[in-house]
Order: sequence, then C-alpha cells, then structure tokens
Amino acid sequence: MNLPMLWIIPALPLAAVALNLLFGDRLGKKGTSFLACGAVGLAFAAAIRAVLTLAARSPEERQMVETAWTWFRVGDFSADVSFLLDPLSAIMVLVVTGVGFLIHIYSIGYMAEDPSFRRFFLYLNLFMFAMLTLVLADNYLLMFVGWEGVGLCSYLLIGFWHEKQSATDAGKKAFIVNRIGDFGFLLGVMFLIAWTGSVNYERVFAAAPHLFVAGGSIITLATILLFVGATGKSAQIPLFVWLPDAMEGPTPVSALIHAATMVTAGVYMVVRSHVLFEMAPATLEVVAVIGAATALMAATIGLVQNDIKRVLAYSTVSQLGYMFFACGVGAFGAGIFHVMTHAFFKALLFLGAGSVIYGMHHEQDMRKMGGLAGKMPITHLTMLLATIAIAGIPPFAGFWSKDEILAKAFATGHYGIFAAGLLGALMTAFYMFRLYVLTFRGKPRFEEHAAHGHADAHGHDAHAAHGAHDDHGHDHGHGGPVKESPWSMTVPLSILAVLSVAGGWVGIGKPFIHGESWMATWLEPVLGHGPHMKHLSAPAEFALMGLSVAVAAFGIFMAFRAYLQQPSIATAVRERFAGVHNALYNKYWVDEFYGAIAVTPIHQGAMRLWRFWDEKVVDGTVNGVGYVLEGVSALLRLFQTGYVGTYALFIAFGVLALFLHFLRS
Amino acid sequence: MIPVEWSLALSAVLFTIGVVGVLVRRNALVIFMSIELMLNAANLAFVAFARQQNSLDGQIFVFFVMTVAAAEVAVGLAIIVNVFRLRETVFVDEINLLKG
Repeated sequence: MNLPMLWIIPALPLAAVALNLLFGDRLGKKGTSFLACGAVGLAFAAAIRAVLTLAARSPEERQMVETAWTWFRVGDFSADVSFLLDPLSAIMVLVVTGVGFLIHIYSIGYMAEDPSFRRFFLYLNLFMFAMLTLVLADNYLLMFVGWEGVGLCSYLLIGFWHEKQSATDAGKKAFIVNRIGDFGFLLGVMFLIAWTGSVNYERVFAAAPHLFVAGGSIITLATILLFVGATGKSAQIPLFVWLPDAMEGPTPVSALIHAATMVTAGVYMVVRSHVLFEMAPATLEVVAVIGAATALMAATIGLVQNDIKRVLAYSTVSQLGYMFFACGVGAFGAGIFHVMTHAFFKALLFLGAGSVIYGMHHEQDMRKMGGLAGKMPITHLTMLLATIAIAGIPPFAGFWSKDEILAKAFATGHYGIFAAGLLGALMTAFYMFRLYVLTFRGKPRFEEHAAHGHADAHGHDAHAAHGAHDDHGHDHGHGGPVKESPWSMTVPLSILAVLSVAGGWVGIGKPFIHGESWMATWLEPVLGHGPHMKHLSAPAEFALMGLSVAVAAFGIFMAFRAYLQQPSIATAVRERFAGVHNALYNKYWVDEFYGAIAVTPIHQGAMRLWRFWDEKVVDGTVNGVGYVLEGVSALLRLFQTGYVGTYALFIAFGVLALFLHFLRS
Repeated sequence: MIPVEWSLALSAVLFTIGVVGVLVRRNALVIFMSIELMLNAANLAFVAFARQQNSLDGQIFVFFVMTVAAAEVAVGLAIIVNVFRLRETVFVDEINLLKG
C-alpha cells in the first residue's frame, strides 16, 4: 500500500527555508519567490493527496498516524514526533496550505519592491512549517512546538519593518502577550501529563473519562489552563490587545497569520480537546461567555476605527469570538466551519485591503480614500463579495457558518449569548459596509499625484516626474495615479472570492437537505454527534435565518445611509454620543489600563532591580574583586624591581631563614 | 689526616665569599664566577663527607654537579653575550626590563 507521507507536508516549507538560507543570495527575487511558493504549492498538493486517501476510507477508519521518530523518552513517558491526519486536521491542513499558497503568490506582487524580499519569504515559509506542525501533530507537546513556532514567526513578521519603532513595539507586544497565554497552555499540558502520563491525543482522551470526574475541579482547571493558551493565541479577552497592533506587519502577513491561520490555532486546539472540554461544563460556560463578550466588544470598537486594517483586525477578533462561543455551547463543528469560511473571506478582505493600500501608495486611512470602485475594478468586486460574505447574506460563505453558530447557541438555550451574537452580526454588517462605502464608493477624498491621463499609459512618466517632489517618507518609489494591482495580487483575490462565495456550501444542512450537512458528516468521526445537541424544527430554523438576514440587511442599510447618502447622520451621531465614541475610538482604554496595572509596574520594578541589584550588587561584587586585586598587586609589585641583585638578596634571606629554622628544630 | 671540620670550614668560607660576591658585584661575569665558587664550595663539602664516610656516593655527586655546572656556564654565558649585544652592558644594575 502506498500511503501518502504526512511528514513531507511540513517538511517542504522547512526545506525551502533551508535552501533560502543557504543559497538565497544567489537566487534573486524570481528564484526566491519560485522556491517559496513552489514549496508551499507542493505542500498543498501533498495535503490534497493525503486528504483524498483519507476520504477514500470508510468513516470509522479515517485516521492516519505516522511516527517519524521518538522525540524523547523519560521513564514511562515518551513523546514522539508523529503526525495525525483525521477529518479535523484535514480541514485545517487544507485551509493552511491552500490559503497560505494563495497568500504566498500575492506576496510576490505586494512585496516586489521591498529590499528584504528574501527575508520575508524565509519567515513566511518558516511560519508555514510551524503552522503545519501545529495542526498535524498527534500530541500536545509537538503541537506546542508548532504553537511556539508560529508565535515566533508572528513576532518576526509583525516587526518585519524593524526600522519602524511602532512595528518593533507591536512585535514585542504580540510576543509577550502570547507568552502569557503559552504559559497557561504549557501548564495545562503539564496537568495532563501529570494525570494521564501521556501527551498523545488518543491516549489522553481515552484515559480522561476514567481518571477525571466529569465536571470535577481537576478537569475544569486543566481545560481552563488550555483555554488561557487559546485566548492568547486567538486574541480573546483578556489577551486580545496584541492583534490590532499586529497590523504593523506587512498586509499579506496580516492576512495569513493574523486572520486566516495562526489566530485560529486556539480554536483548533479547543476543538481538538473537545473530549476534555465536554467533561468540564463550567469551562465551556467560560469559553462561551468570553467568546460572546469578545465578539461584541471587538465589534463595537470596529465601528469607529478609521484605519482600514484596524477595522479588519477588530473584525477578526470579533469573528474569533464567534468561533469560541460556538465551542462554548458545544457546537465544535460549527466553530471549525467558521474557522474555514472565515479564513476565506477574511484573508480576501485583508488581501483586498492590501491591494487598496498598494494602489493608494501606503495610505491606510479610510477617510482619505473613497471612490476606488472604478479605479480598481477587480479589487472592488472581490472585496464586495467578501464583505457580503462576512455580513452574513445568503448564499455567501459567512452566512452558513455564522447562522449555524447562532442556531446552535439558540438550540442549546444560551439565549443571552445568542442575543449577543445577533447584535454582533448587526454591527459586523454595519462596520464592514462602512469600510466598503468609505473605501470604494462616494467621491475620492484624495488627490492623485499625477493629474493627467490614463494610468497604464503614463505610469512611468508620472513616476519619473513625481520622484522629484516626493513627500512620502516611506514611499517605495512608485508614485503616480491609483491603479489596479498586478496579476499576482488579483489572481489570489479572485480565487479567494470564489471560495468566499461558495466555500460555505459544504455546511448546508437542515432544513435544506435531508440529514446532516456534508461538513458535519465529515467531522463526525472526530467530534461525534455532540452529547446534547438538540435540533430545532425546520420553521424555527427558517425563522432564525430570517432574523439574522434581516439584522444583517439592516446593518448594511444603515451603513449606506450614514456614509453614502447622508454623511451628516454619521457626524450627528458621533457628536450626539461623543463620550461613547471616544470610548470606542480609544478601544475602551484597555491598553492604557494594562499599561497602568501591569506594564508600568513591571517596567518600574525591573528598573529598580536594575539600579539596585544589577548595578550595586552584581556589578559591585565584580568590580570589588577587581579593586582588591589591584590594591594588593600594587603592593606586591614593589618587590619586583627587575634587578637580579635584589632577587639574589631575597633568595639569600630565604635560605638563611630556612637554615635558621632547621638549626632550631 | 686532615679532620673533616677543616674541609667544611673551608667550604663554608668559600660559599660565603660566593654569596657575598653574587650580592655585591655589578658585573654579570663576576656574579657568574661567584656562583661557580658556591658550587665548588658545595663540591668540597661532598668530597670531605665522602672521605669521612668512606663511601663513593659523595664523589659521584660531585661529577653530577660539575656536569650541570658546565651546562649552566654554557647557557649563562650565551645569555650574557646576548644581553651585551642588546644593551651594551653587563652591569646587572643597569638591566631591569622586568620591573613590575
């Protein structure tokens, strides 16, 4: 039997990293992009082949484990470097490699003029390796390796433009905040090791029902600790603060790491551990409440931000909240479904935003955009599709997943969470169409650098004329009129647009078809039926769908009304609720709060320790030893006159002293 | 027969002259000769004891001392010649390059 090799999937990007490191300086930009994209493309192909082999088996046998080698063994405990492909990791691995591949191609265009082109692809490939290790690992320890690896790459890529202070600060913030979460995750894993003696998923999940009392304090604590890890990686309350700042990184990075893949790792981990979480109802309640609160809070902040990428960042935080409260109400499958559709449309939104930023010569403030629809037709169309998808209008992808989450919340009796989700959906539709209207519709609120003619014909002339009076500090050297981005950017946009439209159809279930949706059936071997998942009647389902569509439509209508037809409304509302606006615009001052309670005290404490312990005690000891030696040797060196006669005298005295000594005894 | 004490007294006198010579003379060659004097004072003591004890051990020892002294003279003179070439002096109180 010719089984597909799982290890090759993460190994391919890693090989590209190695080749890039060794020979990257001789490859040039073409070679580098070919190498990087080729490796990820091959990984995607390998993933498809593996998943097809998996799908060909009967549902009960859909599980492939491949042990590369034993990592280490201590007593009875052993950890393997081994990979697991089951329906859950299959979805993740396809999304990661597929969307990752598209974003790699997009990056060729977006980063074309960056001097650190090679370094960018190096990090991007390294990220792919870490992310694939994370999703394919068959034990918590190997997952943690990937978990830390993506954290590192996230740090490196947020701070990619390291000559910018804000970028390095954002990178550090992301890394440190993630460390807090990672600490929780690691403690959770240690808990599992201590009680079950293993890190292997299968063994832990098999042992869990015998070892833990369902709902007991041990399993609750362990799952809470795991969830703390998830809040760090997936930007949930209270550790969400790093994600909006992470937008300092290049836009493809925001799309790949901070929207489509890495930030969903927390959701994946919770779903992967669903056996444990289902045994701890209290934890599930916490997960649901945190998820809903995050969804709502981030959506409100998103309403008033003016930076196009920040709106998307808060939108991501909000959508991740949806995934978590899906898990919290026990609908793990719905959570993963939303991970998938969100990866499509949010990656597209970020890439579209990147295309806009690229076309606008690094302008990110939506107040200075407007009317781009005619100038960037492909970007406009694809962005519009993605915006509809996230707003939750059928039959676009976002509708199916979001509706399933809301329906599950309602069906399990979490009415408060359901209401929060609905309110979040309203705000999502509003702020996303606000973004769309401000960017693409209305009149341009900017001045083109070249006043004349068609962009294509005069692009180079305009550039040359423009160069002399260029006032953009960080301009990459291409002024000129706003125009559509190159094909390497528009093709991935178009593919993702198709997925944003159709990607949700795999989740169409009741009441449209008989039985479960394809997605639910696919995931069933991993997730089971879910213990107490009641099904709503068909009319109730339709009513809920109608409600969520109506809510979304209302949000869209409001956005058009307030930002296109009568901009005075937006101004009036802003002035009427100046206090609220201020709170939202300043993100509820969470950063300032954390600064006051944690960052500043730690900083000052460290400062004091430095002044006292380092400077006084440590440096004092070292310097003190030096001073003593110097003083003593200053005395001793008086004896070393350099005259042979003096030494001979000392020897004579010495011999005399010995002579007398022996004479006396 | 001459008593051993006489020989020893002569040896001590020679040795003391050597020590004083090493300590008070400035010329490296004279210091060198003084060292030879000390070595031979020791040799005299060896021989005197050997004769008193009626054993050959002391006399054998003397041969060793003389061999070593010969080698030492060769090395020492080479050093002095080189020092003279470099510094144009053999007065030890003018040579203190190794002062700490």
